[in-house]
Amino acid sequence: MATASRSAKRLDTQVDGDYSIDVSKVDGNVLARITAMAFRHRWRMTIAVVTTVLGGLFQLMVPQFLGQAVDQAQGLLRDAAAGVSGQDAAESALLTTALLLLGAAVLRGVFTMLHNYQGEAVGQLIGYRLRLDYYRQLQRLSLSWHDRVHTGDLMTRGILDIEGVRLWVDTGILRSILLTVLIGGGAIVLFRNDPVLACVALSFVPIVGVRASVARLKLRDTWIALQDKMSELTNVMEENLGGIRVVRAFAALAFELTRYDKISSEGLAIASRRVRLFVLSTTQMTFVYFLAMGLTLWVGGTKVAAGDITLGQLTEALAFMLILQMPVRQIGWMINSIARASTCGGRLFNVIDLEPSIADRPDAKDIDLTGGVVRFENVDFSYPTWAMDERTLTGIDLEARPGKMIGIVGPPGSGKTTIAQLLGRYYDVTGGRITVDGQDIRGVTLASLRTAVAIVQQEPFLFTASIDHNVAYGDPWAGRSSIERSAQTAQLHNYIKALPNDYGTLVGERGVSLSGGQRQRLSIARAILPDARVLVLDDSTAAIDAATERRIRESLKEYTQERAVIVIAHRLSSLMHADEIVFLEAGRIVERGSHDDLMALGGRYAKLYELQASTGAEPATPRSGPEDGR
Amino acid sequence: MTTAHNQRDAARGSRSAQDRPPLAVVGSQISQDEELFGRAFDPWVIKRFMTYLAPYRRQLLIGLGCVLAFTLTQLTLPLLVRAAIDHALADGASDLSLLQIFVGAFFGVVVLNYAANHFMETLIGRTAQRLLFDLRRAMYAHLQVVSLSFMDRTEVGRLMSRLQGDVYALQEFLESSIFAIGDLVLLVGIVVVLLSLDPALGGLTLSVLPLLFLVRIVWLPLARKAFMRAREASSTTNAALAENVHGIRAIQELRRESVNFDLFEEKARENLNAHLAASRYTNVMVPIVDTLTGSAMAIVILVGGSMVLDSALDVGVMVAFLFYVQRFFDPIRSLTLQYSIMQRAMAAGQRIFEVMDVEVEVQDAPDAEDPKEIDGAIEFRDVTFGYETGNPILRNITFKVNPGETVALVGPTGSGKTSTTALVHRFYDVWDGQVLVGGRDVRSVTQDSLGRHIAMVLQEPFLFSSTIEENIRYARTGATRAQVEEAAIAVGAHDFIQRLEHGYDTMLDQRGANLSLGQRQLISFARALLADAKILVLDEATASIDSYTELEIQRALARLLKDRTAMVIAHRLATIRGADRIIVLEGGEIVEQGSHAELMASGGLYARLYRMNYASFDDIPADEVAKAIASGERET
Ligand SMILES: Nc1ncnc2c1ncn2[C@@H]1O[C@H](COP(=O)(O)OP(=O)(O)OP(=O)(O)O)[C@@H](O)[C@H]1O
Ligand SMILES: Nc1ncnc2c1ncn2[C@@H]1O[C@H](COP(=O)(O)OP(=O)(O)OP(=O)(O)O)[C@@H](O)[C@H]1O
Ligand SMILES: [Mg+2]
Ligand SMILES: [Mg+2]
Repeated sequence: MATASRSAKRLDTQVDGDYSIDVSKVDGNVLARITAMAFRHRWRMTIAVVTTVLGGLFQLMVPQFLGQAVDQAQGLLRDAAAGVSGQDAAESALLTTALLLLGAAVLRGVFTMLHNYQGEAVGQLIGYRLRLDYYRQLQRLSLSWHDRVHTGDLMTRGILDIEGVRLWVDTGILRSILLTVLIGGGAIVLFRNDPVLACVALSFVPIVGVRASVARLKLRDTWIALQDKMSELTNVMEENLGGIRVVRAFAALAFELTRYDKISSEGLAIASRRVRLFVLSTTQMTFVYFLAMGLTLWVGGTKVAAGDITLGQLTEALAFMLILQMPVRQIGWMINSIARASTCGGRLFNVIDLEPSIADRPDAKDIDLTGGVVRFENVDFSYPTWAMDERTLTGIDLEARPGKMIGIVGPPGSGKTTIAQLLGRYYDVTGGRITVDGQDIRGVTLASLRTAVAIVQQEPFLFTASIDHNVAYGDPWAGRSSIERSAQTAQLHNYIKALPNDYGTLVGERGVSLSGGQRQRLSIARAILPDARVLVLDDSTAAIDAATERRIRESLKEYTQERAVIVIAHRLSSLMHADEIVFLEAGRIVERGSHDDLMALGGRYAKLYELQASTGAEPATPRSGPEDGR
Repeated sequence: MTTAHNQRDAARGSRSAQDRPPLAVVGSQISQDEELFGRAFDPWVIKRFMTYLAPYRRQLLIGLGCVLAFTLTQLTLPLLVRAAIDHALADGASDLSLLQIFVGAFFGVVVLNYAANHFMETLIGRTAQRLLFDLRRAMYAHLQVVSLSFMDRTEVGRLMSRLQGDVYALQEFLESSIFAIGDLVLLVGIVVVLLSLDPALGGLTLSVLPLLFLVRIVWLPLARKAFMRAREASSTTNAALAENVHGIRAIQELRRESVNFDLFEEKARENLNAHLAASRYTNVMVPIVDTLTGSAMAIVILVGGSMVLDSALDVGVMVAFLFYVQRFFDPIRSLTLQYSIMQRAMAAGQRIFEVMDVEVEVQDAPDAEDPKEIDGAIEFRDVTFGYETGNPILRNITFKVNPGETVALVGPTGSGKTSTTALVHRFYDVWDGQVLVGGRDVRSVTQDSLGRHIAMVLQEPFLFSSTIEENIRYARTGATRAQVEEAAIAVGAHDFIQRLEHGYDTMLDQRGANLSLGQRQLISFARALLADAKILVLDEATASIDSYTELEIQRALARLLKDRTAMVIAHRLATIRGADRIIVLEGGEIVEQGSHAELMASGGLYARLYRMNYASFDDIPADEVAKAIASGERET
């Protein structure tokens, strides 16, 4: 990228949750980069710049013609007084001036239109580009990054910050060009007429310039503070609305409102500060400008009186100043938008520039599936942010073969889910390695790996779409029959069929209109629809009764015959038939073997089994049999 | 855009570019709200808006005064210039002392102008900010009381876009409206001045205005359509982005990146095109207005010039005319540009007030009691309930839980267990029958009191992104650290919390993503325990917890639950071993109830299932259940 030099790439794991912008670095880099993006649209920017300049020039002509007209009118008057005839000539001169003025106005309008339109078009194109880049970047960044950043914050960046950057082209780049042309061109004309008067008329420029740059820095700081506060407010609101059941369950209305009010009033304070700064700078600029105008009138007046300049020349100088009134007022907006663009741009680029820690290596190849054997070889792992002495996983060895099932049990937080995440390479191991058919999963493409491994997550996310869209999420090309087959296998088909819209029924946000078990079955159906080689079920039958679960297992038999299956569960009936069961505790495998082995061992697993098989009221009725599928 | 295409094709992999997945969409599929795209000026919205303005009446009046002062001074300045030229400079007879007076007056007016400008912008700017925060607060507070059935139907993102995007649109409008008001006043002022300076020339100059109105009549409907399209495109694009943000796990897991990206690109492109089209409509007005300005000035020069010639007009008046005409079109130009902002603001206002008007279905009765103490009894009397009309989920449910009793709800998935507990807390109102808590109909007490007397562990543990301690303390903000720890110890969470680097002060990620699900469940359990309520509802509270930990919790509960009523839902039968009574639900109806011993003795469904060590049955045809049970029995 032909933009300002950037520091070495930051990995997404090296970022803390609420990383904010380094204020000292924001300005130049960010603005230069956005400007470079704008100039990538070469011809549009050329048109925009050229028309901006031309529009400015024509705008400058207007006061000249006005001055001319006044002089002519006065000339006429004098001539008439002197008895010099020549009315026709004078009138035709007036006509010419009028026509020229009209022409200048029309051209100015046309050029302004082109400049506005092209400016906005480039802004929109940049917005479009950034939107796509941002979207793709969010898809690429690793889950450990997504864990830490708040969704509300990401949405703010994707909506408001892109908007802030987009506006920069028009209100920033082009407007400063226009201003330069107006002031510069006007200065030339004025200086040609009378240097002293010109100096007086333009005396406000340096003052306004200094004011503007001071205000810009201050405004930028308030923008950063404000944007952060608004993100915080968004997060609070989003969490509250997302967790509304909890809020209601504990009647926490008062607490929630207090929390909201605190942040909101802080936000309001910053917003008011911004208004104050902004108003102060704009009104002061206007003030200085009007002072200069008064001076011009005074100095010009004395000069007219002294006969140094004509009244027309003075009129011209004043008319020129009038033209600048709008732009001077807009300087305030301009610096506001510069401040905003640099803040917003900083926030966006902070995300876009991150390097995903989980990504294909340059030499990564698609996975070569021969047998579908998964091996964990002495795997160690700890979460990047979880600074603990102990690791999350230590020395994990596992082997899952097609047609075989591995069961994983263990107390909460022992690392079961983590094992599943590592297999899908949502995180990278910190020691040892994981292989699929002998290939280290860090050496193959993510796409091929994740296609080969299907994971039913412990907490599945359902999309706000119809049931068939959700089932076919992993393979949107799937036909109706395979969707139904998956749903049948997950024992959901009959339920769906009973719904008024069957497969077309919407599931509500995150599946609210489904019961817990229905959500889990839907996600099982979703996972088995694409043709994966390895299936991981992470506690995905916890909210499903054992009878249904058993039927799911029965109907999965065919599917699992030639695939490796890893089942994580707390309910032992879900995995007691596994070929191998491992008992995980604090990230280590403490027991392993078949159900019978482990029962014979009489260790933790056996104890767990006793607990579950008995209700305390009667002795346990242990049950094992060949009838249960794997 | 060739690079984009290349990237896209590369990302696509094996499927060909024309092969558009039939079942792929991005963004929420809940049908878009009726886009409220009305007029740029909507009296209803304005009226509603006024009620929020009322508290700031004083500020606004002062502000308006400042606007007038500002505009007046703004108008006076050219007049002074004109007077200076006419009286002090023209006619060759320059009068410097007169000029001095005029310039002095000019400076005086400039100072006034500055003061008025400053007060006006500060006052209006700040009031606007307050107003926006008020509006957002009102909307948020209202969402805190609207019924859950509304929240179920409505996506968070959609509400957020109103709390954020629409409020932002209003802000944009209010910030620029300060100038718009000034502009309007200026416009009127200039018309008055022009006409009073010289009625004939003034009238002639203003004769270009009707043309402008004509143009606008043609322009308006077209522009409105273009703006509407742009707005729609924005909102669908943002919805798609929201999905990408929230569902990223599932997206990465199911390899939907490139398919979604393609779909998103389509939306982003439509968004781009729609905005470009809207921009064309806005900008086409610029040369039109400029042409009219030019014509007006040409008229002044031609007509005014010859009037000067006939000595019917002072040169100074002509100069003033020219200045005013120039100024006259500035506000028109900016008002044209304002149009889209104004229209957006109206739509935004409408959407905001729509949220505030959402009816609160579940509401405290006017004479609702707020009992300090209750006895913990729960009773369902012939309750029928459903989420959608015509589709009852619970039918004729009748049962009673005595104070201090622990009752288990058992049943297949989707049988209505969670729904039953939701009714106890009056998350929804029953269709028929009555739910009583502590002997009172839940509709006759305040919701707040229900919240205090009932503590729930919801099936889905939702944690906030604050510290662990704050999460546990959520239900009782006054609780001490010792009490927090006690609750954590009771549910067996203390050990793992202590092992964390920051212990109870550990910051949780959004929804507690940096904890395992079981750990989250423990914390949500601790949270409910700390609430110290008379009634405890545990909806699969230990589904993701191993039986050891569960056993420990049960031991602790035995002590903690003394004198408390508990409703326990579980699929793992071992979980309910301590229950006094078991209620078996199936298909929204109670099929059995009694103690474990009674149910075993009666030999019903529960007993058979128990013997099978199965927890339950499902929404499959009854004969299949029977078959499964029969085969199960054969096996044992
Ligand atoms: N908010 C809702 N809107 C519409 N339908 C709903 C809603 N919540 C639940 N349902 C439907 O009501 C029925 C009962 O759901 P409920 O959550 O009470 O079941 P459950 O017994 O708790 O099941 P599980 O054991 O799977 O959690 C289900 O068919 C479900 O689809
Ligand atoms: N995204 C994360 N970031 C940081 N730490 C995490 C993250 N996810 C889990 N942990 C921690 O890692 C440990 C293992 O978690 P994991 O989710 O693997 O447990 P689990 O065995 O699946 O538990 P459960 O039975 O409750 O699902 C826990 O201590 C947890 O707090
Ligand atoms: Mg887990
Ligand atoms: Mg439930």
